[in-house]
Amino acid sequence: MIRRVLPHDLGRGLLTRRPGTRRGGFSLDWDGKVSEIKKKIKSILPGRSCDLLQDTSHLPPEHSDVVIVGGGVLGLSVAYWLKKLESRRGAIRVLVVERDHTYSQASTGLSVGGICQQFSLPENIQLSLFSASFLRNINEYLAVVDAPPLDLRFSPSGYLLLASEKDAAAMESNVKVQRQVGAKISLMSPDQLRNKFPWINTEGVALASYGMEDEGWFDPWCLLQGLRRKVQSLGVLFCQGEVTRFVSSSQRMLTTDDKAVVLKRIHKVHVKMDCSLEYQPVECAIVVNAAGAWSAQIAALAGIGEGPPGTLQGTKLPVEPRKRQCKPCPHLSLQQEEPDPANLEVDHDFFQDNVWPHLALRIPAFETLKVQSAWAGYYDYNTFDQNGVVGPHPLVANMYFATGFSGHGLQQAPGVGRAVAEMILKGRFQTIDLSPFLFTRFYLGEKIQENNII
Amino acid sequence: MWDLVLEDRRINSLRLVAPMWNGRIRGIHRLGGAVAPEGNQKKKRTILQLLTNYFYDVEALRDYLLQREMYKVHEKNRSFTWLEKQHGPYGAGAFFILKQGGAVKFRDKEWIRPDKYGHFSQEFWNFCVVPVEAVDASDCDINYEGLDNLLLLKELQSLSLQRCSHVDDWCLSRLYPLADSLQELSLAGCPRVSERGLACLHHLRNLRRLDISDLPAVSNPGLTQILVEEMLPNCEVVGVDWAEGLKSGPEEQPQDTASPVPA
Repeated sequence: MIRRVLPHDLGRGLLTRRPGTRRGGFSLDWDGKVSEIKKKIKSILPGRSCDLLQDTSHLPPEHSDVVIVGGGVLGLSVAYWLKKLESRRGAIRVLVVERDHTYSQASTGLSVGGICQQFSLPENIQLSLFSASFLRNINEYLAVVDAPPLDLRFSPSGYLLLASEKDAAAMESNVKVQRQVGAKISLMSPDQLRNKFPWINTEGVALASYGMEDEGWFDPWCLLQGLRRKVQSLGVLFCQGEVTRFVSSSQRMLTTDDKAVVLKRIHKVHVKMDCSLEYQPVECAIVVNAAGAWSAQIAALAGIGEGPPGTLQGTKLPVEPRKRQCKPCPHLSLQQEEPDPANLEVDHDFFQDNVWPHLALRIPAFETLKVQSAWAGYYDYNTFDQNGVVGPHPLVANMYFATGFSGHGLQQAPGVGRAVAEMILKGRFQTIDLSPFLFTRFYLGEKIQENNII
Repeated sequence: MWDLVLEDRRINSLRLVAPMWNGRIRGIHRLGGAVAPEGNQKKKRTILQLLTNYFYDVEALRDYLLQREMYKVHEKNRSFTWLEKQHGPYGAGAFFILKQGGAVKFRDKEWIRPDKYGHFSQEFWNFCVVPVEAVDASDCDINYEGLDNLLLLKELQSLSLQRCSHVDDWCLSRLYPLADSLQELSLAGCPRVSERGLACLHHLRNLRRLDISDLPAVSNPGLTQILVEEMLPNCEVVGVDWAEGLKSGPEEQPQDTASPVPA
């Protein structure tokens, strides 16, 4: 009986017209309206930001103590150490502005991820040693409650450097400096080298230095994500946007020799949102330039380098994006044309023509080598002396640099981040003294040459 | 709420260990499998997670407990430089191992092992000039810093680091000073050792026996066995059957004869 009744009812239901289902008439979008009302009620309840007029949740905050331009490994390292070294919890408000959250062109993600202590400058060796200990204890430094531990996939295989007759003395003195600072490097004669690595052709090799500990390669992406996670848990704000303008004020002052200098101070940073003209002026006390290969543009925005050349005002930040380390290199006869840094295209012939012959000569087994894949990334290349720029600018009083490391930014990031944080919070370098890396050396012309560039 | 926190502290301290070893680490011959009922642990964890997300105090407390766990491991691995000055390197190294709960064998002497309360006989201070021949540091909390003390034993011939949860690739890269004397090494059951760490054992030229069974972090045990055998041609590499990937039946775990049988 029920079966007979139901279809009858349904049939009647289908045939009768209901208000609102008439074609072309007014239709009530119940679901949309209900969700909108729910959103409005939620925003009125306590605990949420009440912005009934305009939704600004995608914009950065209006005030921040420190704005870090660039969210790569150096920028995040500075943010981490600022939060670690602050005198009480929540003392410093930090905002990290990163243009591209996918890090598609950032040098960090595209880096090989090697770490090595075989430098000639003691500061570089100290930075590398500290970074090795940071990576070793990364799960204590970057521990976040309830998050899985980080697996850096570190291969502690060490770097082997070979030297010919004329460079052997330089290598020996370098190794002496390295051992003094605390790195564990062993020197080998060609016989010992053949004994240890029988697959190397030791023709022309007079001396070899091999890193026994704390050298190798790791996964830079994992380090980046670990830093991001930890830094977010410590309360650092992130913003996806581009810095387009600095609003600053200048003051004319007299030096002790009665020379006039113009000191600038940045007050606001204009952060422009992605794919829109909307921008947010962020009022800040300190700006950290950690923009990597594009640091020169940020420096130019702050007015660094606008002046007659040869003066301190006219000294630009000599960092530019480069795809290849082209320094005068007597061992490899490299063609000196620079690859175009406008894009990240790979020049596949370069390996075949320039690198493979030397590889095959040194390691006979590599004669049958075939390239499976290749990728390109930028160096934040310091054209002055290929070493990093750290510390405040002498004229723009509140801009700090942490850039220009020309290929070893990743392996020195923890040490540099700590140094910049100490400079900002305490006013001087406390643990590792990076005064040779200040900006003033560009004006004074004091190059600090690093002989072992990898 | 306190027992929730304590429960999580245990879970937190095991967080540093690979996820396979849930609960107390049992015999090395059991691979995987949940030891404690999973559902109960998961439920406790979400309440705690909820509380952590809502209250700063809970988060700070959990952070503090985690830091304390890590501090305890550091305490155990501090360097005994004063002891080294007093009693020489062999005495300091032996004391370090015995304090951690491992066993030590001096040349021509018997194994010295702490009892279940952690007490051990103090007579070894008398023969501290005798080099230590063998060390059994199974289930100890030795980490990278603790190796400072272990590397004092320059003439060590046999080292067993079975089931040490803090021994990882960095520690293996530090073993090269023992290359002249070390003949036997066992890394069975270490959850943090991977093939990258095994690659830097190439310094140990005199190694005759290497046990690499039961390493959960090694991605391809059969291939790793072949590579290690190639790397150390004079060494007998034990523990993994290179045809493991090809067999479909359950693998046989070989009996480990490196560790001494307790009296």
